[in-house]
Amino acid sequence: MSSTLIEPKPGAYNGATPAKREITTKPRFSDKVFRGVVTGGGLSSLVVLGLILGFLLFEGYATLKAQGIHFLTGSNWQAVQNDAGVVDLHKSQFGIAAMLVGTLVVATIAILVGVPLSVGAAIYLTFYAPNAIKKIMVTMIDLMAAFPSILFGLWGFFILENSAEYWAKLLHKYLGFIPFFKMEVPYFSRSPFIAGLVLAIMIIPIVTSISREIFSQTPLDRIQAAYALGATRWAMIRAVAFPYARSGIVGGAMLGLGRAMGETVAVYTVLNIVYKVNFHVLISAGGNVASMILAKFGEASPSEVKALMAAGLVLFLVTLLVNSLATVIVSRSKKGR
Amino acid sequence: MANDIIVPAIATPKPRQPWAASPKDRVETALLFLGAALASFILVAVTPLKGKLAYVAIFFLAFIVIDFAFNYIKRGSAAGKDSIFRGFVTAAIIIAVMPIVSILATVWIRGHKGLHWTLFTTDMHSATYTDPVAHGGLLHAMLGTALLVVFAIVLSVPVGILTAIYLTEINGRFARPIRFLVQAMSGVPSIVAGLFILAAIVYPMTKQYNGVEGSLALAILMIPTVARASEEVLLLIPGDLREAGVALGGTQWRTVAMVVVPAARSGLITAMILGVARIAGETAPLVLLTGGGDTKNANMFHGPMGSLPYYIWKGFTQGTPESVTRAWAGILVLLVLVLVLFGLARYLGNRKVGK
Repeated sequence: MSSTLIEPKPGAYNGATPAKREITTKPRFSDKVFRGVVTGGGLSSLVVLGLILGFLLFEGYATLKAQGIHFLTGSNWQAVQNDAGVVDLHKSQFGIAAMLVGTLVVATIAILVGVPLSVGAAIYLTFYAPNAIKKIMVTMIDLMAAFPSILFGLWGFFILENSAEYWAKLLHKYLGFIPFFKMEVPYFSRSPFIAGLVLAIMIIPIVTSISREIFSQTPLDRIQAAYALGATRWAMIRAVAFPYARSGIVGGAMLGLGRAMGETVAVYTVLNIVYKVNFHVLISAGGNVASMILAKFGEASPSEVKALMAAGLVLFLVTLLVNSLATVIVSRSKKGR
Repeated sequence: MANDIIVPAIATPKPRQPWAASPKDRVETALLFLGAALASFILVAVTPLKGKLAYVAIFFLAFIVIDFAFNYIKRGSAAGKDSIFRGFVTAAIIIAVMPIVSILATVWIRGHKGLHWTLFTTDMHSATYTDPVAHGGLLHAMLGTALLVVFAIVLSVPVGILTAIYLTEINGRFARPIRFLVQAMSGVPSIVAGLFILAAIVYPMTKQYNGVEGSLALAILMIPTVARASEEVLLLIPGDLREAGVALGGTQWRTVAMVVVPAARSGLITAMILGVARIAGETAPLVLLTGGGDTKNANMFHGPMGSLPYYIWKGFTQGTPESVTRAWAGILVLLVLVLVLFGLARYLGNRKVGK
């Protein structure tokens, strides 16, 4: 190739001035196609999200219309059949309040337990850990993010359950005066408390990695300024790192919340799914929207499946909202300074 | 060496490291641990507090108290507070890592009992989950998972990489909203992806469960992971390469296809592997969509499709000791798969981009 560039072909140049080439920034045809295809691919996330919204709304609309606001506030799930054996949408009751409360209870426990642990771990990894330990720990926590959720579920059911039941008994014994820890029948297994602990462990990787990323972006000059003023590490973290990372941690915690609210299989395995409003976290009854959908799907009649679709729509919207807020907060705190 | 420089016999001072722990410090730390351990033993022995939890809790508290007192006396209140905080964050990382160790140990201890050769050579067509473990295997499940994953890759990797190329190479009007939507999409619960395919494809069209539907749901979950990881890789490709491509007369299409993407190849493969690791163990959509067959089925478009997560799920829900052992064996196989993928992603990701 290169030789042809150096030695022009004989006869190629006949001495006449070549025609002026037009200089343009107009994209060629191939680039137009390329840009079109890539933009189309890029818009796929919009299309998919839109389709999810559309189809779930389409399938769940009849239920939502028949139940109205009771779909969100009612806590009964009863399909009533009319004489023809078809589910009567107006007589049957589909309300997901019980499971919404359950979702909130379990996810709150997960956040209360998981976020302090993750933030502490992130601080240790960023400011305290020797390099060798840091590498190992970061790898392990990243690995944990790749564990399938059914693994957490089985581990929670067979291993954590034994210890967590004992912790629950202690909580009941010493903190039983707090309304949430009240219970009439001493049956502690498969409670929202234990499911919350499993979810707490499941959100540790994501919250830790986001907090760690934000802590490690703390401006070095400020850290060194604090040390130069004689601050201990704790004083530096309190005065410099925390204020810098606060909003990022909130965003990370919300991403964890989104994860915890949408979790299906782990909750289904660990929790005893009972369809009622239950704020008492130690009692062996609870559920969340996602695990309820899985539990009811097996023996659901076609119109009940439509009600489940509506429940899925609510779950989709709630997690989308939480995740979007979290994304906005995290991305702001990443570049704001 | 041939031409050695003659070093004058001046003793160079050894660089001092005042921050490093001196032998005295080490002894003091060891004494601290010992003191805390002793305190926990004594307290568990003489008070009504009993059990493993009591040991751990008292050890932790004793350690914090002794450490605080020690630092307070030696270096004042600021150092004392610092030591308390250090105690808490160290405890946090230990508690955070404990479940991982416990999970890995559990999977091995419980899973290896169910391992035997027939597991990898037979399927469940002539055995039930409650049979002794030596009957039947999970060949069908491994085949199913492989097919589901391959189809999900085919569906999601092009879309994910195109999204990443849009975000980095074209970076047009929609870049910000798309970045936002990809983030939002990564939070879609897996069960919702399953319900969506159910509503969009199973009920209106196919009216049967098969493998492709499972793959479609998995692809939805995989796209955001692939897109975000690829975007990060493409951002690492130096702009010089793109400018060089354009300066040689390449159109944008040729530059991206011939220069940028090949330069990022190993990173893009890493992105794909991360996506596969994300979906390989996804259970909920497969329970809704694939029908979970017990025999080998290589036809993605017809008939129920087994998979590792479904096998584990079924083994667990049947609840007998044999079926649960099967579930743990299945988890062990799945976890090894995830670990291999993770290690591969790490290995490729640590190599320098652009090679």
